[in-house]
Amino acid sequence: MPRKLPEIDRRKFLKGVAVGGAAVGLAGSAEAQTGAPAAAGRSLAKAPLPSAAMRAAEEKVPAEVEKLTTQKTGSDFMVDVVKTLGIDYLAACPGSTFRALQESFINYGANKQPEWLTCLHEEASVAMAHGYSKIAGKPMAAMVHGTVGLQHASMAIYNAWCDRAPVIVFTASAGATDDRRPGVEWAHSVQDGASLVRDFSKWDDMPWSLQHFAESMVRAYKVATTAPTAPVVIVAEGKLQEAPLHADEAKKLTIPKLVPNTQPQGDLNAVRETAKLLVAAENPLIVADRYARTPEAIPLLIKLAELLQAPVVDLRARMNFPNQHPLNHSDRFRALLSQADVMLALEPVDLYGEINGMRDQIERTSRKITKPGAKIVTIGSNDLLIHANYQDFQRFETQDISISGDAEATMPSLIEAVQRALTDNRKSALAARGQKLAEAKKESTERLRGEAAYAWDASPLSLARLSMELWAQIKGEDWSLVSSGGGGGGWPFRLWNFDKAYHHIGGSGGSGMGYGLPASVGAALANKERGRLSVSIQTDGDFMISPGAMWTMAHHQIPMLVVMNNNRAYHQEVMHIQRMANRHNRGVDRAWIGTTIRDPNIDYGQLARSMGVFGEGPITDPKDLGPAIKKALEVVKRGEPALVDVYTQPR
Amino acid sequence: MTGVKLLLTAGVALLWAASASAQQQQQAPRGSADSGRKLYESFGCYQCHNRAAQGAGATGPRLAPGPLPFQAFIQQVRHPRYEMPPYEAAIVTDQQVADIYAFLQTIPKPPDPKTIPLLN
Repeated sequence: MPRKLPEIDRRKFLKGVAVGGAAVGLAGSAEAQTGAPAAAGRSLAKAPLPSAAMRAAEEKVPAEVEKLTTQKTGSDFMVDVVKTLGIDYLAACPGSTFRALQESFINYGANKQPEWLTCLHEEASVAMAHGYSKIAGKPMAAMVHGTVGLQHASMAIYNAWCDRAPVIVFTASAGATDDRRPGVEWAHSVQDGASLVRDFSKWDDMPWSLQHFAESMVRAYKVATTAPTAPVVIVAEGKLQEAPLHADEAKKLTIPKLVPNTQPQGDLNAVRETAKLLVAAENPLIVADRYARTPEAIPLLIKLAELLQAPVVDLRARMNFPNQHPLNHSDRFRALLSQADVMLALEPVDLYGEINGMRDQIERTSRKITKPGAKIVTIGSNDLLIHANYQDFQRFETQDISISGDAEATMPSLIEAVQRALTDNRKSALAARGQKLAEAKKESTERLRGEAAYAWDASPLSLARLSMELWAQIKGEDWSLVSSGGGGGGWPFRLWNFDKAYHHIGGSGGSGMGYGLPASVGAALANKERGRLSVSIQTDGDFMISPGAMWTMAHHQIPMLVVMNNNRAYHQEVMHIQRMANRHNRGVDRAWIGTTIRDPNIDYGQLARSMGVFGEGPITDPKDLGPAIKKALEVVKRGEPALVDVYTQPR
Repeated sequence: MTGVKLLLTAGVALLWAASASAQQQQQAPRGSADSGRKLYESFGCYQCHNRAAQGAGATGPRLAPGPLPFQAFIQQVRHPRYEMPPYEAAIVTDQQVADIYAFLQTIPKPPDPKTIPLLN
């Protein structure tokens, strides 16, 4: 997969080293014997032959020979274990604490399943694995250097945790105190390596034996992939990796068979109660957030919504529901919520935030948006995995029915219960409601089309224009939007046609900066195997946290079209500083300090080209964008990455 | 979530804008559109409402064409509803608000979306 590099002529190189080495040695010998300086050029021809005594000393076998090589090590067995799990890729920035494992993966493991991917930052390695899981529906691995590598990776692990994404993280330690070389190995060693990320990972272990490693590895995979899915961490101790593995020891080792866990389903009685409420409701509302775990989730939710003729709001932590479906009313969320008598929230990430509004002024005031007496029902697995320290669990909100279980796994029983509760009379009433909703959807789409026309010809470009220029070029392809949260100011979700599970990858979870590009690269890697076109709308501030992922994309030939939403600032932060300046009555004229990325503007096309990625732009005239995207797409269709830089409006 | 909340804000503002009468528009003090264009930039209005005042679903409603009646406009600037930060007279004078308002009144209507092939 990596590009071939020019090879050094190894034979010539070794010959040069051997001759040079011999010349130095013999010259020294001659000088010692004769007391005269050895003249360059005569050393080889005139060197004395070794005496019989010297030959005997060199050929004598010492009583104890230090064993310097071995055939098999603990790290080889670790590779055997990982291979049983079907992990296709492992992303890593090199680190000496896992040197044996790396060598085993690429040589003993033949660099296949998993294939080793070179990253330029540990944060990118984990974000790549995070993005990959969104498309592939299974974990990828990231290996990070002991201590310092894990520190780099920690924010990306936090994102994966907040997003409940399964990622396998390996880290390592240099071994026991008497095995560590002085200096850096001590700085990179740690007693409890995973403690750094324990608050935001689902499980971790540092195996003390190879058998322990095998069992913990299989357990880690099962734990990571059972809802609520989340990252897990395995610490591979250095000595365990590097120690020779003798045949008699190897025979005793076993690798447990991976049998995936079933996913937790909600209580059937509570599901039946929910079905009755939904069928009887005059204005039910379904709100899906981190709902879809597999592609099967979408048709299940369509079935439920159509049975009830109920509007669905997709909060898009996952690709939950087709955006053009007549029952998708995501753009009318608050209006529908204020009228709802029953709200069903599927895997809510922030239930309080969904049904309350909070104003960001000096005194933060909040108000409930739901009408009095509205019933709130949740189906979700959030409470099955909650830790104390980091507060990603959000503010507490009361529910009328709270069903603990994976929403997707619970959906078939809810559908069945709704079907049983529906009478013919009720069905005809619901059909009338569905008709009204379909008309409202039509009006809403027309309104959004009109909104997109504002500033259509503006420069810098509007995000509506950027989104629709991109859509025009990709809508005939088997496309996948792999940018965090979609990108493009939400315009793709308004006017494109999302109806497949891979059409977007949701958000980062924790909103930690630097997720966007490497997550896109990971998702694009999964799409590459499936022959899909990956496109990503990248924001400049987030992009520059981890731009090295472009090199990874070029090196491993991962095709993806990147369109830069280059507004030359951390605009959300500009607004925060503006808010504070206004609050303090000091004027906003310095709000740009520390928040803008201009003077000089970054040339993303040039940056891309420097890393082997096709780069175009910056585009400032809207008329130039379509042709630039078309040109870049030709590159992507050849199997290579490309980037188009676009100067955009702030939001 | 934030985006949806603010979209609602945008929707409310649009309704408000639609109800503006010509008479109310005429009550606006005289302002300089040229000065207003510069002030719109320097006071950072564009950060949330974009450079053509077209708004952004997630951050701020559309301001033009057809801005709010001036009295409602200046009320929103001084004592904003929802998320907008307040701009007091010590920071933006009434005349400067009038200039910005004059600039917003110069912003033309967008093209009919039916005439834009990419929107059809």
